[in-house]
Amino acid sequence: MTITALPITAHPAVEGGLQLEVTNVSPQTESIVSITLADPSGARLPSYVPGSHLVVQYGSGVNAYSLTGSGNAPSEYAISVLRVEDGAGGSVAMHHLAVGDRVYVSRPRSAFAPASTATHHLLIAAGIGITPVLSHARAAADRGTTSSLIYVYRPGTGAHVEEARDLLGPALTECSDRGSFQNVLTERLMTQSLGTHLYVCGPIAFMDAVLNQARELGWPPARLHSEAFGAAELDDGEPFTVNLVRSGLKLDVPAGVSLLETLERAGKTIPNMCRKGICGECVLPVLRGTPQHRDLYLTDQEKAENTTMMCCVSRSEDPELELDL
Amino acid sequence: MSITIGKDTDAATLPERIRRFPFPFTGESYRYSANVEPANKNVPTDAGAWGAGVIDIDEFYLQELADRDQILTRDPSRMQVLPHMRPAVWDTIATLLPAMAEDYPDMMSFQREGNACRWQNKLQGLDVEFTVGDDDSLPMGPLRFLGSQIQDDIVLLDIRDNTMWLDAGLVSFAADWSFNFDVGMNFLEIHGPVPRVKEENIIRRAEQFLLRLQPGEQFRRTNWTMTVGNRLDTSTETYPEWGPDRGTIATDPDMPDKLHLRVEVQHLIRLPHTGVLLFLIRSYLLPLRDIAKVPAWRERFGHVLAELPEDMAEYKGIIRYRKAASDWLLAG
Repeated sequence: MTITALPITAHPAVEGGLQLEVTNVSPQTESIVSITLADPSGARLPSYVPGSHLVVQYGSGVNAYSLTGSGNAPSEYAISVLRVEDGAGGSVAMHHLAVGDRVYVSRPRSAFAPASTATHHLLIAAGIGITPVLSHARAAADRGTTSSLIYVYRPGTGAHVEEARDLLGPALTECSDRGSFQNVLTERLMTQSLGTHLYVCGPIAFMDAVLNQARELGWPPARLHSEAFGAAELDDGEPFTVNLVRSGLKLDVPAGVSLLETLERAGKTIPNMCRKGICGECVLPVLRGTPQHRDLYLTDQEKAENTTMMCCVSRSEDPELELDL
Repeated sequence: MSITIGKDTDAATLPERIRRFPFPFTGESYRYSANVEPANKNVPTDAGAWGAGVIDIDEFYLQELADRDQILTRDPSRMQVLPHMRPAVWDTIATLLPAMAEDYPDMMSFQREGNACRWQNKLQGLDVEFTVGDDDSLPMGPLRFLGSQIQDDIVLLDIRDNTMWLDAGLVSFAADWSFNFDVGMNFLEIHGPVPRVKEENIIRRAEQFLLRLQPGEQFRRTNWTMTVGNRLDTSTETYPEWGPDRGTIATDPDMPDKLHLRVEVQHLIRLPHTGVLLFLIRSYLLPLRDIAKVPAWRERFGHVLAELPEDMAEYKGIIRYRKAASDWLLAG
């Protein structure tokens, strides 16, 4: 039994997700391991948008990892994880996974999708940033659109290099130092045909440099895409307490759990429909405290008045909120 | 105002078309709202229930699909797929057919190995093999094929540049709009003519909600209007056929049988593999005569029609007969 065996309770970030079994673990490099996950019953897994990531639970924490397949009706999910010794512990835990271990994962989440109207996909990856763009390259090949890849990695540390060579052939350019990369990048940014979209994944400074140069060379923002985990969802937020004045109840709302869920768990029935902050059903009267409004329903003026809040998505600026409930 | 309540209706004796009708009104008045909720949730009504699954197959299945086939043959502009939307059409097929097989195991089955699929539909005596991604593997092409399997109209909205674009679809049963006119428009352009919604910021809110949906998520909403005659195709293209009836129905002695409440159950599904937004519109028609068989519906719909603001009644095209309809309903 390893420390990453299935924990007893699922983290809120993977709630409503899947319980999968590790079916293969294979080292890509000295510090990168590829892990495949499948449904223990052999069921097909949900398809995903190329460039999607999976939130994986390790112990009490969660980390997001890019899926490397094309996303078309997969029977397994594959991720590759770079070991970060001084990180929060997620990557180290992933490196301890063994075949047969069970893990909680979210459903795949899309935050780095290919543009459907692109005539060509120019993919740029540094290091472990290869993972989502490999997914893009596979999907482009499936769909019959073209892609090319500039892949920067230090000699001996490149993951998925052989797969990239097989998949892309001459459309792959490998760079092992900044100087050669800079030359290739400038040349490519200046010679793309109309309708090319650019996708970049790697360290933040690397992505910023690529995007800045593209903008300086006249690329419109709509043609530039970079990987940003979690951009499509609301963050977990800070924990706070609600004081239900009429019921005489005091409830803790933990990070990652909505006020609506907390009230429901306490036996309160709150009318609700969308649970996404748009329908307006779950409005609650606020007596004291400042809500952190995250809904799309209330007007700016209503938000400023702080007398109501949508409990499905909104939280609290203060440690405690008082509700007329 | 005195309202005569008839004797309690025994819901079990009502025909299916009434028991399964998605009656949309929960109060005595109606305004636009972003009334979205998660899909696949059974909703009890005063007559029965609706909404347990995404695709609803009812007694009108074969008739409506035959109607659609005739409409498409007569007017091919009802179906269009911009080239970049081909993968989304296949994504739709790969999403809906397995869901139907699961919901209707006695009538349908779906198998898939890699991209090779087999679909059986006993209602149509159909047994077909095709390959996901290969348009030539289905004789009519993938979208028309899908349109021959479900009663819903199909609209596909591509998500890019932080908005949505109506770039493909098959819409044979449009209610007073033209799919052909809207193809290529973005979300705000499509909703431009709807009164009130811009001032109330509903469209912008709905847009933000849809943009944030994650692939695989499924939501739904209802919408309604009224239609003269039992006709699903009230598209702009066929206005000369159905438009004039709006002016004569108020004084027509057969109004209770000819005038229908039209309810659309609209599903909003972010497709799993392409991330395109699939918008399914399933339209149900029920004549006033049938509505009146459910006393709570008769009364509520009567009040909704009487109270509806002029601009909304005008947009819905019901302004010339809504009083007659309301009077008839409220007279019991």
